[in-house]
Amino acid sequence: MSLNRRRFLRKAGMVTALGLGGTFVITGLRGKVEASEYETPQQGLVAKRWAMVVDMSKFKTKEDYNRVIEACHSVHNVPGLGNPKDEIKWIWNEDYEHAFTSQNNRYMKESVKNHPFIVLCNHCENPPCVRACPTEATFQRPDGIVDMDFHRCIGCRFCMAACPYGARSFNFRDPRPFIKEINPDFPTRTLGVVEKCNFCVERLEKGLMPACVEKSKGGLIFGDLDDPRSEVRKIVSSQYTIRRKPELGTQPSVYYLVGGGDLV
Amino acid sequence: MFERALTGSRRYWTWIFLLLAVIAVGFYSYLKQYSYGLGLTGMSRDVSWGLYIAQFTFLVGVAASAVMLVLPYYLHDFKKFGKMVILGEFLAIPSVIMSMLFIIVDMGQPLRVFNVILYPSPHSMMFWDMLVLFGYLVLNIIIGWTTLGAESKGSPTPAWVKPIIYLSIPWAVSIHTVTAFLYAGLPGRHLWLSAIMAARFLASAFAAGPSILILLCLLVRRVSKFDPDPGVGAIQSLVKIVTYAMIANVFFYMLELFTAFYSNIPEAKAPLKYLFAGLDGHTRLVPFMWTATILAFVGIGLLLFPSTRKNDKILPLALVAIIIANWIDKGMGLVIGGFIPNPFDRVTEYVITNIEIAVTLGVYAIGMLFITILYKVAISVREQKDR
Repeated sequence: MSLNRRRFLRKAGMVTALGLGGTFVITGLRGKVEASEYETPQQGLVAKRWAMVVDMSKFKTKEDYNRVIEACHSVHNVPGLGNPKDEIKWIWNEDYEHAFTSQNNRYMKESVKNHPFIVLCNHCENPPCVRACPTEATFQRPDGIVDMDFHRCIGCRFCMAACPYGARSFNFRDPRPFIKEINPDFPTRTLGVVEKCNFCVERLEKGLMPACVEKSKGGLIFGDLDDPRSEVRKIVSSQYTIRRKPELGTQPSVYYLVGGGDLV
Repeated sequence: MFERALTGSRRYWTWIFLLLAVIAVGFYSYLKQYSYGLGLTGMSRDVSWGLYIAQFTFLVGVAASAVMLVLPYYLHDFKKFGKMVILGEFLAIPSVIMSMLFIIVDMGQPLRVFNVILYPSPHSMMFWDMLVLFGYLVLNIIIGWTTLGAESKGSPTPAWVKPIIYLSIPWAVSIHTVTAFLYAGLPGRHLWLSAIMAARFLASAFAAGPSILILLCLLVRRVSKFDPDPGVGAIQSLVKIVTYAMIANVFFYMLELFTAFYSNIPEAKAPLKYLFAGLDGHTRLVPFMWTATILAFVGIGLLLFPSTRKNDKILPLALVAIIIANWIDKGMGLVIGGFIPNPFDRVTEYVITNIEIAVTLGVYAIGMLFITILYKVAISVREQKDR
């Protein structure tokens, strides 16, 4: 028995390494078998490229705006924190002057400048937030939706710096006590993660239109931009629509139809 | 070698315990922040990074600046830096550790930090930054510890370290370049969207980092028997590096000002206006930025003229001016200014909280503790040799 300490440790190390490697192979294989059981369900709404048109002519009263905002925030357990510093919002109003920062002129009437527009995540074709995310917690689905895994997010907020639309919010404090009524069908968030609009992926899966679209009375039109017969495609290809900050090359999927009626 | 850090004078231990006390306060504040959330800081939906990320940025530069000693000494056989080079490496190690800690304290979910390794994302600059920072830490630990270890035993530096030292030179440049890429690649943040961001980062790093190192050398000379610059002019050589790096830094800043204001593009001008004149009546950073500007020019002036540069009393003051100017520019203005105005062209200001300050001081105290221990080891080895 001339097994000295150094040799013993080396052997023990090798055995451990082999052991761990072995488990990895087994779990790796098992993982693959299980994955096939989780393929995308065939029922539900599918598209090659989801997009939204905001028909501004349909937004007349305060109620028209609040209805869609409320629909989204209640179904997604968005807390009402009541202060702009910690605020979480998925969809909200921003006046024309600030939503379309580079498309102003100094002769605009106050009523035009202050006209509220619905803003939300643009689900960009080239999303800077996805590029920035160091853990793929923010990712782009094959149908174009920029979705998030709240359980993977490390809260570094690089995506918030990357987003040129201010679409992202961070949970600066525990949001749960501030949710009016919890919707058990959608996860609440924990402290320290980022969140934003997800184009209602959880509803599309069940064959439902996004919550805001459903409550918009035709003000929000949602569909597949890749499909030439879809309503969004028809509007975008034949009418005058604008997008926020198109010069950045992000290719936003939210279009604003402003010619549909008088703005003021 | 480490045992050398365990014996010391009364003064040494008083300093260690003082640092531990600051660390304790910082740690307590961090626990509060951890349980309540980052809402205890001044950061908001609009200014989503603040003091922590700014310190991270500044300290990556300090870490990278060790290359200003390593490169002349190892590549150009610039013997004057022979005694100082280990102090540079031992400043780099704590600086990297501090910058990593600043990332951790800034995270919303710090326990998930290993997700960065578990789901490697080469499209994210943050992923690369983690890789290069960690690599740089390892390189410097290996280099510093091996060279000093050999010296302590009186044997020559092992040959296998040489390639690692050469590797550390471009690596140092890479850590600050990638850190600049965190900012410079984001559409819509006009203060950061600049091709010379990495060049500016390196210039400011090579001014501030060696300035800190020189001050440490002057301190070492005073509190120990080891003289990092025994009349060979090492410090004066490094001062010249600081001077020209700072001139380059100011020059680069003026290039930014030219492009923004001559092109007259509103988005490019807005954050610079906020920093130096205020925007929509919000002027919180204006006094800081002008302080930085004045200190930068005063510092350069004092370092340019031989009469003031070589004056033992004035030199430290000039270096402090350079350090503060860079700290304000990089450790405050750059990061906060990048978020103002926000994507909606609105101004939300950032107000630092006490918790943030306490945590920041705590992290700096951890860094100083590392510096103290590493320097103690290095100095003990040198003192023994000199005897």
